[in-house]
Formats: sequence, structure tokens, C-alpha cells
Amino acid sequence: MAKKILLANDHIEGIRYYDAYRKNGGYAAVEKAFKMAPGDIVEEVKKSGLRGRGGAGFPTGLKWSFLAKPEGVPRYLVCNADESEPGTFKDRYLMEFHPHLLIEGLIISSFALGSNRTYIYIRGEYAWIVDILEQAIAEANSNGWLGRNILGTGFDCQIYVQRGAGAYICGEETALIESLEGKRGNPRIKPPFPAIKGLWDCPTVVNNVETLAAIVPIMNLGGEEYAKIGVGKSTGTKLISACGNINKPGVYEIDMTISVEEFIYSDEYCGGIPNGKRLKACIPGGSSVPILPANLLLKTAKGEPRMMNYESLADGGFATGSMMGSGGFIVLDEDQCVVRHTYTLARFYHHESCGQCSPCREGTGWMKRVLQNIEYGKGKLSDIDLLWDIQRKIEGNTICPLGDAAAWPVAAAIRHFRDEFEWHVLNPEESQRRNFGLAHYADPLEMAVV
Amino acid sequence: MAEEQKLFTVTIDNITIEVAAGTTILMAARKVGGDVAPPAMCFYSKLQGSGGKCRTCLVEVAAGSTADPRPMPKLVASCRTTVMDGMVVKNITSEKVKDARNGVVEFLLLNHPLDCPICDQAGECSLQDLSYEHGKAGTRYEFQRRLFQREDIGPYIQLHMTRCILCYRCTYIADQLTDTRMHGILDRGEHAQISTYISKAIDNDFSGNMIDVCPVGALTDRTFRFKQRVWFLKPLNAHRNCDKCCGKVTLWNRGDEVFRVTTRKDEWGEVESLEDGKPAWICNECRFHKKHTSDWVIEEPRKINRHSVISAGHYVNAVKPPEFIETVNGGRKPRHLMDIHEVSEVNKPNVHLNELPRSPKTDSYEK
Repeated sequence: MAKKILLANDHIEGIRYYDAYRKNGGYAAVEKAFKMAPGDIVEEVKKSGLRGRGGAGFPTGLKWSFLAKPEGVPRYLVCNADESEPGTFKDRYLMEFHPHLLIEGLIISSFALGSNRTYIYIRGEYAWIVDILEQAIAEANSNGWLGRNILGTGFDCQIYVQRGAGAYICGEETALIESLEGKRGNPRIKPPFPAIKGLWDCPTVVNNVETLAAIVPIMNLGGEEYAKIGVGKSTGTKLISACGNINKPGVYEIDMTISVEEFIYSDEYCGGIPNGKRLKACIPGGSSVPILPANLLLKTAKGEPRMMNYESLADGGFATGSMMGSGGFIVLDEDQCVVRHTYTLARFYHHESCGQCSPCREGTGWMKRVLQNIEYGKGKLSDIDLLWDIQRKIEGNTICPLGDAAAWPVAAAIRHFRDEFEWHVLNPEESQRRNFGLAHYADPLEMAVV
Repeated sequence: MAEEQKLFTVTIDNITIEVAAGTTILMAARKVGGDVAPPAMCFYSKLQGSGGKCRTCLVEVAAGSTADPRPMPKLVASCRTTVMDGMVVKNITSEKVKDARNGVVEFLLLNHPLDCPICDQAGECSLQDLSYEHGKAGTRYEFQRRLFQREDIGPYIQLHMTRCILCYRCTYIADQLTDTRMHGILDRGEHAQISTYISKAIDNDFSGNMIDVCPVGALTDRTFRFKQRVWFLKPLNAHRNCDKCCGKVTLWNRGDEVFRVTTRKDEWGEVESLEDGKPAWICNECRFHKKHTSDWVIEEPRKINRHSVISAGHYVNAVKPPEFIETVNGGRKPRHLMDIHEVSEVNKPNVHLNELPRSPKTDSYEK
């Protein structure tokens, strides 16, 4: 049985509201943290080994320690709740059902970083969650957890919720800051990093919802105790939003010691693939990470079982591995068409490119059109090489990671499923009628047959 | 008390120079000059915040600094990355950079209409230069190109959005030079376009400078459109007393007729600085209304880089090739050495045709 920390109180009715949350040990972490010095909280987070849950997996304590602290300049903490990655919906779950957990984490983090005004930049489509958060903030305010002189420490903090307008790019931290300032959401050119010059040119830390919520158990347990959960550098628990061809889609909290196979097939988690279908491929961390075929998903190239943690999923680099990403676990069964799937993703990134830098602005549209041709039976064999060349020229040459995010899925799909692309090109009529999987299956059903 | 300027040693393409701390790689490379300077489509040193968007200036950093000699994992935009002491940069010596740059040029040309034959910018277009250097003869793009309607923004400027590469220079200049910015970027991604909000007219005294900062032919001078190709015109430095601007301009003449007035541009296509270090922007009155030579005090013909198409046919400081027929013949003089000009009795090249005030005629040859 996996350890639950973030969603430990998931079963309690009314945990969304202040009274139930407080009764079940809520806001104890704030009380504990406010007795510590801000620097000690940062040290504690460093000790915990918590890694950013937004996708990149950068150590949070390290990020916090980079924050510049010039005299007389305000510092800001911004919570990145612009969760728009296809396949990722863990932050929505947290904010919708545990808003006080986020607010508690925000209060502690604001105290540790010295931010008197803290912002939650929430995705525009999450309109109803704004109300939930606003209500939770009002409850926290009226109970003295926010506002002036919190708990008599002389620390002032207020949390503001800002709605985005539905742009994926505003989840990139500098674009988010631009958007928060009321400008067009174009990513800034780094350096300077937000830790030096962020919101209104002041030092800013931008963290994911789940990262900030994880501060609460770190305070409650202590950094060292938190670091014992999980394995290696993947400490703590991670929320995984599983979707696709599985019996039980939803948000699961895992402690990063279980294997991918267990995650997909055990009844505690995804509950296997419906209708006895075989596993074909999976995107383990949200739409922008490379897709993995079943044989590489369950076992790494070295033959070890692949575990659900940062290191194991990234094992083998992009040649035979993938990334943990933001935890959007998308499962494809044998009936799914990888070309169609890649085309859908390319269409998404084309639509969401901000248009600031040329490789991404032009390249995403080009990839989409070439993939559209292949998918609708007008492709040529040379198009596959062309796609490879386009993605190679986008990757790493753009301002922000959206270019990489657009290039990786295409690259991985061609790398692992080139035969399927070729089949699409060579059988244009048949590929219109049915999807075809030439994938390398590697699930228990297959093994039983052999 | 002058503060001691800290100098950093940078090696760019195996050439080591010393630059002040805080200089960007691009500006350091421009100090070296020549091919070492990466091309820049969106960066404009006189505009704050510009650069980083077109990705043509990507360079490889082989060693970050003396303190931390690790190479940078990705190619970096040289226009926005500042140098560190002991940094080793590879520009044209790196295959990775050349490959990436070819890719960027391909992306930039993907939706570009390539209407150079009818474009007023042809001959002084950064994209044209860039694609001659890095582009391919054919395109791999098989789809319809992006199209936009032509738009008149104000009485003096026409916007050709199809040619635009979204360098954002014109929005920066409108922000930094004038009080009210009337235009900006609308829409997102591939559909992003420069426009005014619901086709408003841009009208302020310095809006004409947008034409000069545009690296391509997206913003064109409506008083000059289709009047003349730039390489038929003779650039002259001139000035007048203007109460709004510095009044130092380049006149583009043919004979006595002034076809257009622009700012004075340096070798990087950027406006020159005045003695006090400020950029020599000019006002709309000088640019659009003073189109007679009598309005101006002409200083001198302007020097144009001899590689530019504008100086095609301008043989300045031409060196006559040495006589080498004897050398080839092993010291033996040819029996007859004919000068074609003496035989034909026309085309005597003692008259510099480009300096004629009008089109050359027969009698100008016979002079």
C-alpha cells in the first residue's frame, strides 16, 4: 500500500472547507513554520530533496536559494496553476478538492521567501476553481492565516488569484509573469532568470501547485523524514493523472517506488487496459515528453524494470527513455494510431505557439501540415525524414521549452514507430479505414501467448 | 572619478579580443567584424529589449568562462547573452551553428512570399542577404503560404504583413521613440501579425523610423513605393536645420531628384549615432516632405559597402590588374596588343558613368 501524503485526507467529507481541514490537522504546518527562521525553512526544503512537480524536476530548495534578496525591493511568489498540458490534471484535483492545502503551502513558502504578495495564476478554463480558491482564501483571511501580522509574527501576506485567458504558453514561467503583468504572454529571454528579475522586475519564484502543496508535509514531517519517502533523488510522493485506455482513469498519489507495470495493471491504480487489449505505448509525463513503446516502457534498455520515478523514466536518455514531466500518464492500447496521436499533439503545439521566435512559429505549423498529409493518406516516404529534420532544427533553438515540447513527441514517435508511419504512407486507403499497430507489445497477455 | 572598466577576454572563432563587462557576444563579435559577426534580424543595438526572437544569431559557447569552463548545452542567442571572462565562442567555425542557422533561415523563408523583384526593400534587405548566405535554392514547404491583406497604416507607411518576420523591432521603436504606441502584435503563433488596433492610422512625428528599422520589406515608405530600385539611386549625406530632429540624413538621389530620405545607416544596417551618442533618428517632416535638393545641404556621397548591390557599378578605388601577358608568354612580348577602346573609338572609360547627372547617352562616351 502506497503512502499517501498530499491526498491523505482525500476521503474526509468537506475537506474542501476550512472547518474540516483545520480539524484534520490543517494549518499546523504554518504554526510550526512561523516559529522557524525563513532561512531554516529553505534549508528544510533543501534537505527534503523536493523536486519541482511542474515538469522540469528542478530541486525546489535550490531554486529558492537562488532568489536574490536586494534591500528595499519586494519579492514575489507566484503559484503556477496554469496547468494546460494535455493529459495533466493533477493540479486541478488538488485545487478543487484540497484548496486549503495549496493555501497553507503558499503561506509557508511566502514566509520562507519573504513574499508579501503572492499570486496564483490559474488557467482561464478552470473558472469554477477560481471561486473555490477565492472562498478558501476568504476563509483563511477571516481565521487570521492571511492578512496583516499573521500569528503575531509581524509578517504580512495576501494571496491573489489571477485568471489566465486560455493560453498554454502562459504556463512557461516567464510568459506567466508577462501575462500577470498584464502584457502579451510571450516568454522572456533568459537570462535574467525570474529569481533575479521576475514579476515587475523584482525577484520572483514561480512554483507549481503540487510543489507548493508538498511544502506542507515537508513542514509537518521534517525535511529528512520526507526525503526517506521515495527512492534516490526522487523523494516524496508524486501525483499522477492517468488517462487514456485504462480501466480507472484519475489522479493517483504514488511514492515513486512502484514500477510502471504495477501502476498500469494493479487494481489500486489504473486497473489494467479495458477489454483485454494489449498495451502499445504510453506517454509517461504529459503530452510533451517522448512517447515510449510498450517494450521500452515496462523494461529499460538494460532490462531492469522501469519504475515510476524521475531517474528510471529518464533512463537511457531520449533514445530509449522518456521523462517524468508533469505526471500526465497517457496510455495507448493496441487500437490507437500513433500517427493520428502525433498529429493531434502537433496540432496542439501549432495552435499554442506564441509566435515570438521563428523556429517554433514556422516549424510547428510545418510539422502539423506534414503529419496531416501522412495521416490523411497524402504522405510521401520522404516526409518522414523531413519531419525528423524539422524537429531537429526546432529542438534547442527556441526561446522557451515549447519548441522542445513540440519537437520531442514527433521525434519519439518517429524513433519508435517509424514502421507505422511508413505503413501509413504506403497504405493510404487502408490507413483511413483502420488504425494499425506494428508496435512492439510487451504485456503479460502477450507473454502468456508466447 | 571614472570607474575602472572591467575588461573580459573573449575568444570568438579563434580571435581573442578584450571587451567591457556586460557586452553581449554579438556586440563583441561585431568589434572583430567581418564574417565573425553573427547575422541579426531582430536585434537592434539602439533599441532596448530587442533581440532573441529570430534565432539567426545562435552561437555555440564552447567554454562558459575561465571560472566555469563547461560548454553551454544549447546554442545561445548571441544578441542577448553577455560575455564572461575567458569565454570561448564558436560561430562560423561550428558546424552545429551553421546547421541551426540554415534551419532558421529555412523557417524564416517558409512563409515569406519571395517577391523580391517587386519589393522596395530588395537590395538592402537583411533577409535577402541572409538567404543568399545560408538559404537553399528550393523549398521543402509544399503548402500554401500564409497570406495577409496589405494595410495602410497612416498616410506614409504601408504594411505588407506577408513579408514580415515578426522581429518586433517596429513595436520597440514605437514604444521607445514616441509617446503613444499605436500598433503591436495581434494574435498568436503562425497567425501573429503586426497591426494597429482595428486599422487605426499611425500618426506621430517619428513613425517613419519604423521603415528604417524593418529588416525586410514589410513596412514601406508610401512616398517611395515603386518609384525606383535602390541600386539605381545615389546615396548622399545631407543635413538641414530641423527643430524636431537632428536633421542628418541620407538622400537617395537620381540626378537632382530626391527619391527618398532615410536615416544614416552603419555597416550593420543600424542607424548611426550622433556625436553625443544618441541615435540619429529623423522626423517625418524631413523624411517625407523635404524632397528637393534645395531643402538640404549636401555633404558628400555616402560610402556603401562594396559587396552591397547598391554599389554595383560604382568602381571606387579600382585597381588595374598588372600586365601579365609577358609573364605568361615567358617574357616574350605579343606581336600586337590591341586596346579595344582604341579600335572602336567609343566607350572611352575616362568618364565615370555613375557620376553623370542623367542616363548616359552616346555623346557622354565620346567626350
